Amino acid sequence: MDYSNFIYLKEELSLIAVIVILLLYDIFGSKKSLNYFQPAACLLFAAHILFTCCPAGQTLAIFGNIPPADQANAAASVYPTFSGMYNLFPLGSIIKTILSVGTLIVLLQARDWLEEEQTRVRRGEFYMITLFTLLGMYFMISAGNFLLFYIGLELASVPMATLVAFDKHRNHSAEAGAKYILTAVFASGLLLYGISLLYGTTGTLYFTDIPAAINGSPLQIMAFILFFAGMGFKLSLVPFHQWTPDVYQGAPTPVTAYLSVISKGAAAFALVTILCKVFGNITEHWQPILFWITIATITVANLFALRQQNLKRFLAYSSISQAGYIMLGVISASATGVTSLLYYILVYIFSNLAVFGVITIIERRSGKETIDDYNGLYTTNPRLSLVMMIALFSLAGIPPLAGFFSKFFVFAAAVEQGYYWLVFIALLNTVISLYYYLRLVRAMFINKNENPVAAIRSDNYTRLGLLACSAGILLLGILSIVHGEIYRHAVGW
Amino acid sequence: MNFLSLFVLVPVLMMVGLFLSKNLTQIRAVAVTGASLLLALAVGLVFAYLGERAAGNTSEMLFAADHVWYAPLNIHYSVGVDGISVAMLLLSAIIVFTGVFASWKMEFLEKEFFLWFCLLSTGVFGFFISLDLFTMFMYYEIALIPMYLLIGVWGSGRKEYSAMKLTLMLMAGSALLLLGILGIYYLSGATSMNLLEIARTGVPAASQNWLFPLVFVGFGVLGALFPFHTWSPDGHASAPTAVSMLHAGVLMKLGGYGCFRVAIYLMPQAANELAWIFIILTGVSVVYGAYSAIVQTDLKYINAYSSVSHCGLVLFAILMLNQTAMNGAILQMLSHGLMTALFFALIGMIYGRTHTRDIRQMQGLMKIMPFLGVCYVIAGLASLGLPGLSGFVAEMTIFIGAFIHQDAFHRVFTIIACTSIVITAVYILRVVGKILYGPAADHQHIDAGDARWYERTSTIVLILAIAGIGLAPLWISDMISDSLLPIVQNINL
Repeated sequence: MDYSNFIYLKEELSLIAVIVILLLYDIFGSKKSLNYFQPAACLLFAAHILFTCCPAGQTLAIFGNIPPADQANAAASVYPTFSGMYNLFPLGSIIKTILSVGTLIVLLQARDWLEEEQTRVRRGEFYMITLFTLLGMYFMISAGNFLLFYIGLELASVPMATLVAFDKHRNHSAEAGAKYILTAVFASGLLLYGISLLYGTTGTLYFTDIPAAINGSPLQIMAFILFFAGMGFKLSLVPFHQWTPDVYQGAPTPVTAYLSVISKGAAAFALVTILCKVFGNITEHWQPILFWITIATITVANLFALRQQNLKRFLAYSSISQAGYIMLGVISASATGVTSLLYYILVYIFSNLAVFGVITIIERRSGKETIDDYNGLYTTNPRLSLVMMIALFSLAGIPPLAGFFSKFFVFAAAVEQGYYWLVFIALLNTVISLYYYLRLVRAMFINKNENPVAAIRSDNYTRLGLLACSAGILLLGILSIVHGEIYRHAVGW
Repeated sequence: MNFLSLFVLVPVLMMVGLFLSKNLTQIRAVAVTGASLLLALAVGLVFAYLGERAAGNTSEMLFAADHVWYAPLNIHYSVGVDGISVAMLLLSAIIVFTGVFASWKMEFLEKEFFLWFCLLSTGVFGFFISLDLFTMFMYYEIALIPMYLLIGVWGSGRKEYSAMKLTLMLMAGSALLLLGILGIYYLSGATSMNLLEIARTGVPAASQNWLFPLVFVGFGVLGALFPFHTWSPDGHASAPTAVSMLHAGVLMKLGGYGCFRVAIYLMPQAANELAWIFIILTGVSVVYGAYSAIVQTDLKYINAYSSVSHCGLVLFAILMLNQTAMNGAILQMLSHGLMTALFFALIGMIYGRTHTRDIRQMQGLMKIMPFLGVCYVIAGLASLGLPGLSGFVAEMTIFIGAFIHQDAFHRVFTIIACTSIVITAVYILRVVGKILYGPAADHQHIDAGDARWYERTSTIVLILAIAGIGLAPLWISDMISDSLLPIVQNINL
């Protein structure tokens, strides 16, 4: 066996190293040294991100492993390894970095919650389980074969259930965990059935070999629909979204944050990869399906979000509708579409995590989590309110915040493919969504309250996380370089 | 660094300054310095522009600069001005300057108020200097969203309802606009989103027929096009003084300017074909707005409906599609901007003394506050078109331009629109007679006192501008008229 193949797995190996170090530290660390467990974990993970940041081509060049033919166009090439089971490609490295940055912010925001009495002894587990799900997502993104893809998907969803049920002393959390695992397993079953039908009609599971055998026969369409239903669950698209509000409400807030951005981002990217690479020949069959699913997702979720009182349920519906906008990038299936998709995920991570960061800290300190509780928040907590406001405006797509740019790009990608009606409906929905985001802004800034949430001093970790999010929201749109860099790798991918 | 970009940079720097300032004196100092700087810039720009033209520079846009921003989508940061934008920039600078003085006695969250006010002006100035459709749209939305908080937090009456209604209606308009802009860009096949470039390549005639209504209605919502004007009376009535000034004075002009710069300029064939529909709608705006103003009893509502009528006249004149009428339209934008700002400033000052805006409860104010009374009469006379003031010049030009059309349809609607002059006289003179003359009725009003220095500054600057345009209109109308040539040529092709 040629061990040089493992160099291509550098991102996964580095993450596994982080997990193993943390595991050993958690088990063998002395009681005193464990006081530094959280900063050490965050720093170690940050180092891992820096390592994955280096472009794939460059790292390989250091090890002298680029096939000579590919050196010319190293920017857009895919390096298949383990006989095509696993692909290393720049776009994948970018999305992995994006997801890791998001995870780091989640870890920073979770710190305050993990210091609680009941969770303090189990905090090591939290880090490890979170990173294991992230590892699963890495494999999902880089998979070149349905088997590896499926293993990645399972690695990303089964440990997630334990995270959802992490506050096991709270009934809600335990209930949410049970709901999550049941629906996740059911969705995996559907997906696996889809994959097996596909194997039955094509005789292979490798992404590169399937397109030649795809002819749009009814059985293959059936396989696609089952596969898509399974992915729809992960992305919580309407009508596969029913689990979302309950799980979001029950799970510990940092886990909800993780679930709503990272897990969704990975699934969206994996979906677009498979749609383009595997089902690329039969776009005429799946585009109409996606068309209607997208419309249903955006509209239904928006209408439900209008009437929510609990903030986490509200954000659950808001994130379902955001997934609908992500689908606009998926359906376009072009270089512009993939770029806008990645960019949307990036901006969405920053915006949504900022909102969740504020909610986490307020929920922890005051126990309040309905919209009316936020009345008059600006009078007592001006900074938190401002962060929340720019994050909400970014989610609603208001310039000059990054959310405006990301929305514009997904719309542009869809219009480029001629989806005028789809964009029209999505645009009308942005107006509806503006209404419910403004409801929250109104609560914080305009509504009067005799008894607002008391002034909160947040810990430095939360502050750092919120600062990173705010910087991302404010700067990502104006600096066009990020978008340009993604596009450079997306062309010809 | 382009000279024009300073118009955006100065408000941004003002925001930074405001953010750092510690007390009311510093806030005022920053606001006044910034606003004066903007005014100086605008006056300087007028002279520079006239100088360039006198020196024989005939390019369509002067002081143009172009930087690539988002290369994959051909989005540029591209600025430049012609006579029309110069006039609009001057108007905006005057209104911002006077607005700062009009909100001198802000008593609640001053810092935040001026911050939002500066953000609003950033959007306004940016809109008028932009040549790129994307940048233009971005600035347009930047100008819209601060309205929500400005009205919601600092407004009066049914402020939450009005703020929400205004924001949602304008955002719905901008949703149509965004679809229109994307359609224009992708269907024209232009290689950038630059206005001039798209005008050269042209939009295919078949697509113009559905894009034109989208863009025209999108901008028309902000220009108070019937039946999408309903946000305007509520919004203006609830807004604080300076915001009403800026909104009625400048923001509504964004609508007119956009209709003309994007809808008419880029889609001339559709403009010729579909103008009749919008002539009917604007004709209704003009007369309906004026009649509604007659029956109102709240000073702000009277003025808001009068704005609907006058802004309707702007759109009406643009749709006449000839040079004279369009020239009148731009003059009307200037004139209405100045006098409506004067009105709202005066109403704010009167309200500050009488604590009512109901005309039935005020009488004989001329004796109590002679300065404000005289100013109100001047504003009224300008509004009803007295020669020597700006309103006369503008309306005269519009109706002459409208009468150039020989056919019965245009004649009928021109005559209907002309009747608004008489109706305007009715509601203006009614208010002047009711509140200013006669014995002073309410004893509480008697020791109210006259205008203070900052109020005088604000009103005198506006009156000087109104009289300036009224007495010496030729230079400005020539400046506008020259710049209209390329647009009119485009229509008559």
